[in-house]
Amino acid sequence: MDEKKIEVLVCSGTLCYLMGGSELQLLSECLPPDLRGKVDVKGSPCLDFCNHPKNGRPPFATINGRCIAQASVSLLIAEIRKEIKG
Amino acid sequence: MLIRRELITRVVRLLIENRLEEGINRIPLEMRPRKNGSVRCCVHKDRAVIKYKLMALLGYNISDEVDELTPLSDYARMANQRTELTDTVLTVVDEACSSCRKTSYQVTNMCRGCVARPCMVNCPKDAIKFVDGQASIDHTTCVNCGQCLKVCPFHAIVYMPVPCEEACPVGAISKGDDGVESIDITKCINCGKCMTACPFGAVMEKSHLVEIFRNKREGKKLVAMVAPAIAGQFNADMGKILHSFKELGFDYVYEVAEGADITTKLEAAELQERLESGAPFMTTSCCPAYTQLVDKHIEQLKPYVSHTHTPMYYSAQVARHNHPNDVLVFVSPCPAKRWESFHDPNVDYTLSFEEYGAWMVAAGIDVSALRSTDIDKFPSAEGRGFGASGGVTQAVKALAPSTLKITDIQINGIDKAAIRQLKSFPKSCPGNFVEVMTCEGGCIGGCNVISNPKVALRQLKQAVEAAPSIVSIEV
Ligand code: FES
Repeated sequence: MDEKKIEVLVCSGTLCYLMGGSELQLLSECLPPDLRGKVDVKGSPCLDFCNHPKNGRPPFATINGRCIAQASVSLLIAEIRKEIKG
Repeated sequence: MLIRRELITRVVRLLIENRLEEGINRIPLEMRPRKNGSVRCCVHKDRAVIKYKLMALLGYNISDEVDELTPLSDYARMANQRTELTDTVLTVVDEACSSCRKTSYQVTNMCRGCVARPCMVNCPKDAIKFVDGQASIDHTTCVNCGQCLKVCPFHAIVYMPVPCEEACPVGAISKGDDGVESIDITKCINCGKCMTACPFGAVMEKSHLVEIFRNKREGKKLVAMVAPAIAGQFNADMGKILHSFKELGFDYVYEVAEGADITTKLEAAELQERLESGAPFMTTSCCPAYTQLVDKHIEQLKPYVSHTHTPMYYSAQVARHNHPNDVLVFVSPCPAKRWESFHDPNVDYTLSFEEYGAWMVAAGIDVSALRSTDIDKFPSAEGRGFGASGGVTQAVKALAPSTLKITDIQINGIDKAAIRQLKSFPKSCPGNFVEVMTCEGGCIGGCNVISNPKVALRQLKQAVEAAPSIVSIEV
């Protein structure tokens, strides 16, 4: 049976980009071998997290809809692993 | 970097609301509220650092301060009335600096006090003694040669650099007796590497934001001239990026890639002429940090530098011809271009890529969600390619006659080793066309860029692919 892929949305809105979010565009190619094929990475215009301070600081991404603030490639990889473990 | 970007965004927000004088004193308090803890020793120190960084964003050298009690609102008022700019582009925020020890080698507690003591034996200055069974370096005699680090079998000796001094390729930044760094403008080439390297954000670029907004308020028309590297800065195609300038309130936008086409045409002709008249090689001239490097540090290379002007120069010439009374703003990837704009007869002000991004954030514009504007006049693919290293070479090769045998060499980033290499070229150069980019990767690696250079290069390539070849258009 096909395992459902983890969905990652990385924000490429202006604020997230300005605060270092462009690096997140490299996520797919930085995935360690064991995670490849298990994750679906997409870009998105402003995810609207930046307009609500309670969400934390940009850059933002989501993993299966869960908001990740101050996202970096390494943080997202760690969070994807957590998501897989449940 | 992130603090600087937040500061720029806050300043632009006040400028948009025309409340700079009223609002600027509050920024340090808003960013470092009393109860949220501090990054440095205390919240007051944090606020003082922010104050001085804001002073740079108002276009001042920190050393311009006469009275410490002068509030930011006074600087904002004076900046609003200022009519003169200077070509000093970078300023050291002394309040943020002085945290680094002088460059040195230090013995860590990994030292096992071994019997062979290779560090002591190999030290050419006898600067190492053993105290309580551990090596200890006498810094009054140590000359930082690094021998001890190389020979220690336990890797117990570490090199502690001063990041800005380490990054500066020309030795233009150094400590005074008070431990604070200062920039020697007679040596500085305005590459901005110190600004990128300093982990305290103590080097700031002086901004022209106040001037740009003042002209806009006074009803002047603004003309943006965007450097080719802008194509890689946001997740948006060139049409969207050009459109964003209209949204910000600019009246006209030019791609400097059009000026790059003129540079290509003239540079290809100049290369042909020089090589045919027996010159061994020619170097490019479009990177102003490189041309300053030659002027200030490699005099012997001067005769080999192309006399062709930079893409910005030709774009500004065209823009000035079309808009004789408007305000020309160059949108720039690095402080060296800001320096160049100051000396350009047609450019009025510079807006860095960072300032452009912060302006969009302050204005609530998401460039990736904008409609893509129709581009009526495309520059060439090669002109757009100037934004990355290798781009100038490709362009010149495309226009040079096929009979001209070009052996190209690329200096992709200036550091001390690259300077040594450049110095050797007048005696023996392995090629006949040398492209020099001060930043690794070219302008997409400039110190004002927003995007990761790898991501930027991908997008720049898309912008290049969307444009016609230089051989198919009339330059
Ligand atoms: S720009 Fe990323 S959430 Fe708004």
